Amino acid sequence: MSAPAAARRFALPRGARQLLTALPFLAPSIVLFGAFVFYPLVKSVYLGFYIENPFRTRQIYVGFDQYRDVLASSEFVSSLLVTVTFTLYTVVPALVIATFLAVLANQKLPGVVVFRTIFASPLAASVALTAVFWLVLLHPTIGILNEWIETLGLPRVDWLNDGGWAVTEHSGVSKLTSWISDPNWALLSVSMATVWMNVGLFTIILLAGLQTIPDELYESARVDGAGRWAQFWHVTLPMLSPTLFFASVVGVIFAFQAFGQIDIMTGGGPVDATNVVIYSIYQEAFQNFRYGAASVQAVALFVIMLGLTLLQFRLVRGRIFYR
Amino acid sequence: MARVRFEQVGKRFGSVVALHDLTLDINDGEFFVLLGPSGCGKTTALRIVAGLQEPSAGSVYIGERLVNDVPAKDRDLAMVFQSYALYPHMSVYDNVAFGLRMRKHSREEIDRLVREAAATLGIDQLLERRPGALSGGQQQRVALGRAIVRRPQAFLMDEPLSNLDAKMRVQMRAELIRLHRDLGGTFVYVTHDQTEAMTMGERVAVLEGGLLQQVAPPQEVYDRPANLFVAEFIGSPAMNFLTARPADGGLRTDEGVVRLPDDLRAKVEASGAKEIIAGVRPEHLAPVEGGDAAYAATFTGTVDVVEPLGSEQHVTVALGHGSLVARLPAHPRLAAGASITLGVQAEHLHLFDAASRARIGP
Repeated sequence: MSAPAAARRFALPRGARQLLTALPFLAPSIVLFGAFVFYPLVKSVYLGFYIENPFRTRQIYVGFDQYRDVLASSEFVSSLLVTVTFTLYTVVPALVIATFLAVLANQKLPGVVVFRTIFASPLAASVALTAVFWLVLLHPTIGILNEWIETLGLPRVDWLNDGGWAVTEHSGVSKLTSWISDPNWALLSVSMATVWMNVGLFTIILLAGLQTIPDELYESARVDGAGRWAQFWHVTLPMLSPTLFFASVVGVIFAFQAFGQIDIMTGGGPVDATNVVIYSIYQEAFQNFRYGAASVQAVALFVIMLGLTLLQFRLVRGRIFYR
Repeated sequence: MARVRFEQVGKRFGSVVALHDLTLDINDGEFFVLLGPSGCGKTTALRIVAGLQEPSAGSVYIGERLVNDVPAKDRDLAMVFQSYALYPHMSVYDNVAFGLRMRKHSREEIDRLVREAAATLGIDQLLERRPGALSGGQQQRVALGRAIVRRPQAFLMDEPLSNLDAKMRVQMRAELIRLHRDLGGTFVYVTHDQTEAMTMGERVAVLEGGLLQQVAPPQEVYDRPANLFVAEFIGSPAMNFLTARPADGGLRTDEGVVRLPDDLRAKVEASGAKEIIAGVRPEHLAPVEGGDAAYAATFTGTVDVVEPLGSEQHVTVALGHGSLVARLPAHPRLAAGASITLGVQAEHLHLFDAASRARIGP
C-alpha cells in the first residue's frame, strides 16, 4: 500500500473536514447569536411552561396551561389588535409620505441637497427626543396641533388621554365602525410620532432606490407620450417596488418593536389603548414580574413576526420587479 | 411623416457650448445621419428634436409646427436609445404597446398594431418575455418595435447599434435600411460610426465642437470633404496629409514637389493661402510603374508596416520626414524594408488652407 493511500485511510470525510475548517470562522457569530438570540429564545419557550414568584425563588411547572390562558386572554387579544392597528397607522402613511418626499428630493434642481438633508433629518432624532417633541406638539392646551384644529373650527382633541374604541364599549354595528367613529387618539398620537421618526430613514432608502432608475426610462416614457403622473405610475413605482417592499418589511418590524415612544408618551395607556404586544411584554416581565406570562407573549410575538415576514415575501413574489 | 427643421439652434450647458447656430433641413422621409465624434453636439441636437432638452437659442420645427414649447410627450416622435431603455418590468408586448396605451388607442387596435410591428421585426415569438431574458440584438428589435408601432412624425435614433457586437451590427444595418424603405418615415440617426453613416444615410451632417461642418450625401462627404476636420474624420484608414507651400507649378512639400493642373493652381493662388495641407486618401496611392508623368506627385520611401487584410493590404511607407499609408491590392504582398515609390494623380488631391482649414478647389 502506498503512503498517500495510507494517509487517506485516516482522513476524515470531506464534509467533516469542511465543517472543521468552517467552525473557527463561524465561531464569533455562533457565540454572539447563541448568547443573545438562541439562548433567550429557548429560555423564553421554557419559561412559558412555568409560573414563578417575583423573586424567582419558586417555580411551578404548568405546561401549556399558561400558553393557553395568556394567549386566549382578552388583554392579549386587545394588545394584538392595538399592535396591528399601530402597524397600519405607521407603515402605510410613512411609506406614502417618504415616497412623496423622495420623489421631490430626487428632482434635479439647484439646492435640492438642502431638501434631501431636511427630509432625512428625523433620522438623527432619538426616540426620546421625538417623543418629548411630540408631547409638546400634542399638549392639550399649549400644543400647536390643537391650535390648528381650532382654527379649522373643529373640536379640540385630548390626544394622549382619549383611547377611543380601544377603551370604550361598543356593540353591534358601532363595534365595526368605531374604528373610524371613535378614534383611538392616543394610538394615533404615538403613530404620528413614529411616522415622523421613520420617514427620514424611509426617504433615504427610497431616494437610493429612485437613483438606480435610469434617466433613459423616463425619457423614453416622455417620448412615448407619458406625462408626469403616467411616468410615476408606469416607471417609478414598478422600478421602486423592491425598495418599497424592503422599506415595508423594515416598517413592520419597527412597528412590532416600537417601545420608547410608547413608554414616554403614554406608558401603554390610557387603560390599554396603546399597549402594543412588546410593551405588554415589558409590563408583565418588569412591572408585574410575571416572567412566564411575558415569555408566552414573547414567543407568540416571535411566531407572528416570522409568519408575517414569510407572508410578505409570499404575497409580493412575482409582483415586485427585481432586475 | 414630416420634415424636421433646425433654425439657428444653439445649446449651452453653463459655459459649455454644445451646439452652435445649427441650421438644418431634414426632408420628409429622409434617412438623415448626424455624424461626429463624442461631444460634437449630435446627441444634443437629437434630444432637442425629441423635446428632452430645450434649445438655448433658435427654433425647431417638426412639419410646419414650431415645437420649441411643445413637451416631449406631445411631439409624436419615436426614439430609440443607445441603451434601448426598455421598461424592464414589462413584457415585450407591453413595452411595444406602451406608447399606444399612452395615446389611448383601443385594446383591439393596440393588439393588431403590436402584432404587426412584432411580425415586421421578427419578434413575434418573444412578446411574453421580459427584456432581461433577451439578447442584445433582440432587445434592439424590441426598441425598434416600440418606435415603429406608432407611425410617428419621425424616428429618432441615438447610436442604436453601438451596444451590439460587430456581426449583429452589420445585420441590423441592413435591416434598418430595409425598415426605412418599407416604412418610408423620416429617420434622424445619430452615430459616431462613419460606416453606419456611409451605408445608411441619404444625407450626412458632420458635426464637430457643436458646429456643423458639412451636410451632403455620404459619397460627396467622402469625395469632397468641406474642410480638414471632415477629411480627417471620414475614411479608414484616414487620409494622408502633407504640409505644403505654394511654389512654381504647384506645391512644395517636405517630401518633394506636387504638380498642380492649371485650374487648381489658379484656385490656390486665388485663395491667398500661405500654407496648404494636401490630402491623399490611402486608396489613391499606387505603386509607380514606368514614368511618373501621369502623377501629380510621387513619393519614394521604405515599407515600414504591412497590415494584410485578406482582400487588400494597408502599407505604411516611411518617407524622408513623415509617412504615408497606402491601400494596395493583397498581391503582390509587400515586405517591410522594401523600397517603394507611390504616386497620386492630380484629380485625387484634396487641398486645404492650413489657416482656415477650408477646402480649396473642386
